Amino acid sequence: MNSMSSDKEQFSVQKLIAEKKKNGAKKRTEKIVPFILLMTAIVSVLTTLGILFTLLFETFTFFRHVSLIEFLTNDTWYPFSDPGEYGILPLISGTLRVTGIAILVAVPIGLSAAIYLSEFAKDRVRRIIKPILEVLGGIPTIVYGFFALTFVTPLLKNFIPSLEIFNALSPGIVMGIMITPTIASLSEDAMSAVPNSIRQGSLALGATKFETAIKVVLPAAASGIIASIVLGISRAIGETMIVSIAGGSTPNLSLDVTRSIQTMTAYIVQVAQGDAGYGTTIYYSIYAVGFTLFLFTLVMNLLATWISRRIREEY
Amino acid sequence: MKLIDEKRVSAGMKRRIVRNAIFKNLFLFATLLCLLFLIVLFYRILSQGLPHLDWHFLNALPSRKPENAGIYTALNGTLWMMAVVVPVTMILGIGTAIYLEEYAKDNKFTTFIRVNISNLAGVPSVVYGLLGLTIFVRALGLGTSVLAAGLTMSLLILPVVIVAAQEAIRAVPNSLREASYGMGATKWQTILHVVLPAAIPGILTGTILALSRAIGETAPLVVLGIPLYLAFLPSSFLDEFTALPMQIYNWTSRPQAEFQDLAAAGIIVLLAILILMNSVAILIRNKFQKRY
Repeated sequence: MNSMSSDKEQFSVQKLIAEKKKNGAKKRTEKIVPFILLMTAIVSVLTTLGILFTLLFETFTFFRHVSLIEFLTNDTWYPFSDPGEYGILPLISGTLRVTGIAILVAVPIGLSAAIYLSEFAKDRVRRIIKPILEVLGGIPTIVYGFFALTFVTPLLKNFIPSLEIFNALSPGIVMGIMITPTIASLSEDAMSAVPNSIRQGSLALGATKFETAIKVVLPAAASGIIASIVLGISRAIGETMIVSIAGGSTPNLSLDVTRSIQTMTAYIVQVAQGDAGYGTTIYYSIYAVGFTLFLFTLVMNLLATWISRRIREEY
Repeated sequence: MKLIDEKRVSAGMKRRIVRNAIFKNLFLFATLLCLLFLIVLFYRILSQGLPHLDWHFLNALPSRKPENAGIYTALNGTLWMMAVVVPVTMILGIGTAIYLEEYAKDNKFTTFIRVNISNLAGVPSVVYGLLGLTIFVRALGLGTSVLAAGLTMSLLILPVVIVAAQEAIRAVPNSLREASYGMGATKWQTILHVVLPAAIPGILTGTILALSRAIGETAPLVVLGIPLYLAFLPSSFLDEFTALPMQIYNWTSRPQAEFQDLAAAGIIVLLAILILMNSVAILIRNKFQKRY
């Protein structure tokens, strides 16, 4: 539009531009559209604000009934008596127990799968196995919960006769399988991103593939791998249906994984289902628990972002 | 004249080579363990649920008697909910993605929106349930309606849709945009007639995958207080409803074995819907997505 070759063309283009400028409707569209699109983008900001305000506001109301000190230090969570006891520690302990089991299952399996797919498997094999692994991550958690309660728990009972119907072990194991694809897939991405020249250098020095994978590729991909594990932990902490179905509803501080437990998420579900009257302390307690849960996952997610940004190796 | 004594080399290497082989197989075993779990899961659910899966099961109302019970209201309720989720997420998700990729200036506010979206993706679904309970169910007075649940689910999957749409829009090469500007098109004309048509397969693939998450998600619905058992269909978006995962949850929590078989049958229907949606997504990606 800038360079015009002859006077005649310049004349017609100028006319066109002038005509275009007169076209008010089009001009208005050009101005209104970005504004409307900005409004849609604002919705996600409003969602965050909504979550924060909802949790904070109702949590404050909760702390008008129950002191913060009791919430943080009492070692019993039993809201259904009068007066109820509101110590968050048993719920946190239950959440961490299940998460711990899940991580014990998911990290060895997920990392092994990642190393196999990235360092040993042929391209064709990887292209078949990786999507199948990701199917595991796409199965709804209600299905895992059903599977934990009706299959894994009876199966484990064969080996551990004292296992209760609701326990920490079975949902922990199943949750581990659920987050394995997250860890495997993200770790595999991190390891694939390590340049081949580094691998070849190690192999040329006489290292085996295993030695190369463990001593060269794994350290080089460490930030991505750790971030994937942290994300896995965050998902396990926030997971709800598996623990609601197979974990039970008896919050406690014992370390016995064969006993019935309750996690933060499962408590929220239990109360929401049980028609706790609106405005009662129990009703507000789910927001206090939800806020605690939110803080846990937020810290984990920020940590994952920070790790993958801070310790990133540049090649 | 040999410079390398092969025997000594192989003697020294042997242990390491054996270790290499052992660990290779161990890693393979771990990978296969995941596949084995998947097979056991599917086998178990199919063998338990298939005998109960028939036309009657799909068309019957829920019932206290296992032999009469079906998923008619639950399946329809899920469809009603998706009728809210699909347009809301498409409009908000694609709108946000276009704004971020085409209009947003590179300033602090834009960075804030981006960081905010990636953090929203990590918020547990049960917390979205609390948000929906407070805002939609109570404050706006929508009750446990299709609309309240649909809006909650929309917010839940919105970050996933936005990120997928952003990637699809980013993959459209700049040369196409420049060609359009060169023809005298305005920015919005370029986006509407050039960028979006080129990006729509990618957007659809990502959106369908996100929607399949919304169909299987249970925790937010439980927190909202969506009924576990409902014997009638909603007639408007403001009516009560129940959804497929809620029905499965209801049957799973019952002690009778017959109901657990029904839960398995419900899970088969749920998984079939998800597999169908995923196949469509993959089909769209393979068939329509252009590589530039």
